[in-house]
Amino acid sequence: MWVFLVTEIMFFGALFTSYIVYRSLHSFAFAEASRQLDITLGTINTAVLISSSFTMATAVYYAQTGKKRMIIVFLALTILLGLVFIGIKVYEYYQKYVEHFVPGSSFSFPAPYAREAEMFFTLYFAMTGLHALHMIVGVGLLTWLVIFAERGRFTPAYHSPVELTGLYWHFVDIIWIFLYPLLYLIGRHLE
Amino acid sequence: MHTEASIEQPRVHYLNADYGWKSWLFTTDHKRIGILYLVSITLFFFLGGFFAALVRLELATPAGDLVSSETYNKLFSMHGIIMIFFFLIPSIPAVLGNFLVPLMIGARDVAFPRLNLLSWYLFNLGGLFMLYAVLHGGVDTGWTFYTPYSSNFANTNVVATIAAIFIAGFSSILTGLNFIVTIHSMRAPGMTWFRLPLFIWALYATSIIQVLGTPVVAITLTLVAAERLLHLGVFDPAYGGDPILFQHLFWFYSHPAVYIMVLPSMGVVSELVATFTRKNVYGYKFVAFSSMAIAVFGFLVWGHHMFVSGQSVYAGMVFSFLSYAVAIPSAIKVFNWTATLHKASVSYQTPMLYAFGFIGLFTIGGLTGLFVAALGVDIHVTDTYFVIAHFHYIMVGGAVMGYLGGLHYWWPKISGRMYPEGWAKLSALIVFVGFNLTFFPQFLLGYMGMPRRYHAYPPEFQVLNVMSSAGATILGVGYILPMIYLIWSMRYGPKASANPWPSTGLEWQTSSPPPTENFGDTPVMNVEPYDFPTLASGRNRAQLGSEPRPA
Amino acid sequence: MTEHIVPIRVYAIIFVTLLTLTAATCVISFINLGRLNAVVALVIAFSKALLVALFFMHLRYSRRLMQLVVVAGLFWLGIMISLTMTDFLTRGWLTYR
Repeated sequence: MWVFLVTEIMFFGALFTSYIVYRSLHSFAFAEASRQLDITLGTINTAVLISSSFTMATAVYYAQTGKKRMIIVFLALTILLGLVFIGIKVYEYYQKYVEHFVPGSSFSFPAPYAREAEMFFTLYFAMTGLHALHMIVGVGLLTWLVIFAERGRFTPAYHSPVELTGLYWHFVDIIWIFLYPLLYLIGRHLE
Repeated sequence: MHTEASIEQPRVHYLNADYGWKSWLFTTDHKRIGILYLVSITLFFFLGGFFAALVRLELATPAGDLVSSETYNKLFSMHGIIMIFFFLIPSIPAVLGNFLVPLMIGARDVAFPRLNLLSWYLFNLGGLFMLYAVLHGGVDTGWTFYTPYSSNFANTNVVATIAAIFIAGFSSILTGLNFIVTIHSMRAPGMTWFRLPLFIWALYATSIIQVLGTPVVAITLTLVAAERLLHLGVFDPAYGGDPILFQHLFWFYSHPAVYIMVLPSMGVVSELVATFTRKNVYGYKFVAFSSMAIAVFGFLVWGHHMFVSGQSVYAGMVFSFLSYAVAIPSAIKVFNWTATLHKASVSYQTPMLYAFGFIGLFTIGGLTGLFVAALGVDIHVTDTYFVIAHFHYIMVGGAVMGYLGGLHYWWPKISGRMYPEGWAKLSALIVFVGFNLTFFPQFLLGYMGMPRRYHAYPPEFQVLNVMSSAGATILGVGYILPMIYLIWSMRYGPKASANPWPSTGLEWQTSSPPPTENFGDTPVMNVEPYDFPTLASGRNRAQLGSEPRPA
Repeated sequence: MTEHIVPIRVYAIIFVTLLTLTAATCVISFINLGRLNAVVALVIAFSKALLVALFFMHLRYSRRLMQLVVVAGLFWLGIMISLTMTDFLTRGWLTYR
């Protein structure tokens, strides 16, 4: 699983590289555009995701100690938090759509940084979209785990699916830990 | 060699253990999966070859008279994309690697057999998308997909092709992942790292490249597809984007990709040189470490494809310097193989002929790589036929030769039959002659200034172009012959013993063809690699089933 | 897989630390530190990621090999970013007369 996560590092890494390059070229425009993002929602989402990592780690703990009831409880909590995250993201996307910040024909941003701001939003949607896709896959995997846990498949001797899914989930959390400051916080000090 | 009468082949082996299409399409046996890949990539090899034939046919005359320039763009693009992504990158790892990795390390299968089968299905799914693109008008961006042409202006099947490469890329990643875990965790008792065959070292290094590089090109091409479909502007200067960023991200994978293509072939050559000189490869550890060094250094040099793109000259200087550094481990390997020949008893069977071909042609290709790595020289020869000759020397004169040599060398193990040696030697010779006749003139053409990707050229270049096209015809014959006689040998070839060459290595300690579970008892690696004296004395029989001796 | 069982107490401590760091990075982002803003934000992000990796993902208790795999992945990402930036950061350096 770690080897697979390394491929994911490089997968997201290309987007991070693009972001770093463009931000270094157009820092002012990026800061302007970033301020349009809802920092409250972004911060709440970060807290939600960190909490879900906590519940995931706890679920692994109970898998290691064989407490079937608690495994299910904490997996379910993780799923719930993951869905909250996705829900908030959907709302944010909708907000951006209404404000005409979705790149494409309906994009509009006050001059003079309109074009570069569109680039920022392209990266914003690409990076958070890819991240959300991974979250959805993660929720799917967790649901699968709940079903298996319910059937009593996990014991202290065998619980590697829980651990491996945990690794995947924490990794997706780490991606967001970097996305949050890079997307939401860059221009705040200029307000 | 053994006579027919004394050859014992098992009654039940992996080929006849189960019958019916389901037993093949739902198999998790790594050996059968290797054969499935063999069929798939051979089909793509001939498809890519077909486009090459059309290219060379057009270039036989100076005027652009066979096809229009738009069509010509499609021909060379599809030749490149199919050959690179659907033949060269999978070839040795997916065919020979899948078959041999567990055998060589003494395991029963790879770490994730079902993932292995999924890799093959993904490869074919990608292939289907590619076929769709080919049949619906092709793609004309060149295999390099440079923006803004690919993202904004091309009106061919770019998105379908990108989907094809994306999916095939995952096949590549999963194969690499499987090999890394297998080699780390499933080696037989006594099989320490420095007792591994050099082929395994090469595949291990290749797998690292596959795992680290492929995701980057996957997302980069996805961004291009997104630009096309959603009218975004990721690489568009109008939005503050930079087409050179695309080139950076694309070549970050595509340069290491060429090492994915050539490293396994180098691994094969190490095996061939050892067996047919009956000696340990000179400087085993150096060769092993060179494979790793190539994998690492290969990631540091991608900018040498961009010297004239508009990237900063300082970056160009850095990349040029690093490109010279990456040549060093390759050179070490060539020196070591050559040194192995000293005072050796060399036998000139077909696989060894291919190995010799590799060493010579790879050396030429590699040296011309040093030419183009120099900033000043590259200004003149970039985007000319010089570069085309350079990389074909490595890819065809190197990688494909290694593939064919390995295919012949392990053919008895794979099929249980020997190929006809006379025809095989003839084919090797035809390939060698055809290859050089095709590509050596291209060095001269490029040096004299003929640009690449042009379907018409000044008349003074015609003689060399005709030579090149003639050579291509000969080369084609050389590739078709093995197709015929290898298939023929599966039915009519003489039966092969377990160790027909004979050679060291655990794969030769089991029958030809091997049983589905590879080995009867768990093998134990008791001797150092390429220990031919022990092999000759017959003591190697102790390898199966006894206590491991410490390294 | 790891046999080392980490007590929930440890997870809780890390969890609280992560939330604190999140609050910190959010608040600091409003203070004008010029170019340091980006540095501080990244340092905090790296620290949070490290805590998640070491404790939630058990990297602290894993075999050397796993730790090496992660370091290698990050190193490669670093190569991609830094060598690409050598182009973009030095574009203006060379002037022709």
